[in-house]
Amino acid sequence: MRIDAIKNGVVIDHIDAGRAMKIYEMLGLDKLDCPVALLKNVPSKKMGKKDIIKIDGNVDINFDEIGFLSRNITLVFVKDGSVSEKKHVALPRELTDIIACKNPRCITSTEQGIHHHFVLDNEKNGVYRCIYCDAQADLS
Amino acid sequence: MRHLIDIMDLSVAEIEDMIAVATDIVEHPEKYREACKYKKLATLFFEPSTRTRLSFEAAMLELGGQVLGFSEASSSSASKGESVSDTAAIVSGYADIIAMRHPKEGAPRVAAAKSDVPIINAGDGGHYHPTQTLTDLFTIRREKGSFENLTVGLCGDLKFGRTVHSLIAAMSRYSGINFVLISPPELKVPSYVKSKYIKEKGIPYRQTTSLDECIGDLDVLYMTRVQKERFFNEEDYLRLRDSYILTPEKMKMAKDDMIVLHPLPRVNEIATEVDDDPRAAYFRQAKNGKFIRMALILKLLEVGNEN
Repeated sequence: MRIDAIKNGVVIDHIDAGRAMKIYEMLGLDKLDCPVALLKNVPSKKMGKKDIIKIDGNVDINFDEIGFLSRNITLVFVKDGSVSEKKHVALPRELTDIIACKNPRCITSTEQGIHHHFVLDNEKNGVYRCIYCDAQADLS
Repeated sequence: MRHLIDIMDLSVAEIEDMIAVATDIVEHPEKYREACKYKKLATLFFEPSTRTRLSFEAAMLELGGQVLGFSEASSSSASKGESVSDTAAIVSGYADIIAMRHPKEGAPRVAAAKSDVPIINAGDGGHYHPTQTLTDLFTIRREKGSFENLTVGLCGDLKFGRTVHSLIAAMSRYSGINFVLISPPELKVPSYVKSKYIKEKGIPYRQTTSLDECIGDLDVLYMTRVQKERFFNEEDYLRLRDSYILTPEKMKMAKDDMIVLHPLPRVNEIATEVDDDPRAAYFRQAKNGKFIRMALILKLLEVGNEN
């Protein structure tokens, strides 16, 4: 299988295998009209296998919040066919209205109009907790 | 304006200040009789409580203030579907401070976001109960004189017992503490509580299933109820139940100056014969709850003793 190198855009690399679709949905990539390639289970020396997303187009997307979905993500920005910048996506300190608290005893399960808000509790393990009930976020 | 949602919202210095004020209230109650004159406390109890609500109300009345509120959700607009946010916004227009108990975890934090007056979490489901922890700390200080160099045994349901988690968190900030965690395997302290407040702080601890084995080492024994419904099968419950009942026989193995605490209500985990033992501090603990809540109300209302 061959996916052409992109000329201007961004490659989301080193996604944990199986997580690309979540990132695709979270970033709303289905709304883009430029070419987007999603590769699953690509062999990787470092990770065994990984997912990759290639976006061929200049897009204005905030990638800061995808770090919680996969710990090793690298963003590779491409300009005129060359890599212009590479950066690792760190774990965001907070997640607001990105995931919902699944604790049925949490006030968010009944109260209307409040935000689902998680904060990073343990950076080493990537654990987020709901600010209301302290339940650990389910990131699966 | 400050709220109290979690015991960890308070610094050690603030807790020390409140313990000093509560001690002064015990010794000189007359100085505080009008400290909150013309102030109103609203007790919004969306689920029933005896000690907590009455001790809040007694605390405000003894400070010269007044109380209003409800003691169950069915007598509030919550029964008509009113949100916690709306209730808090409305009641904060009627009262100077609010004590809220709610079955949903995090409800007081939601209320605090909309309230114009201080919110005190008086228990949110199985989550936090910071004024119980203040009561526990005040009692330990009064009974033992210090928090330093104490071996604190926590016994019973350490998994779901919210008071246990908060007490561990609060006491982990003092030096020389040693924890003994006494529970059936099914009801151990959750690993994140142990990691965050015990292991990461390098606090010595041990876990055991036997109260008999460790009771002689303890300065403080904090009892909690082992609830039948927490077990996967009745056989395990019956096997373990009696080992966590404190009896006069077990008390014979304890130090002469050990104290027994319990957040109450007690069901059968402390034999009533133990009540007459001077080391049984749980009724004194319940009484202390009023004094430390008085100190908390004064702090959050920023009312000094002007006499």
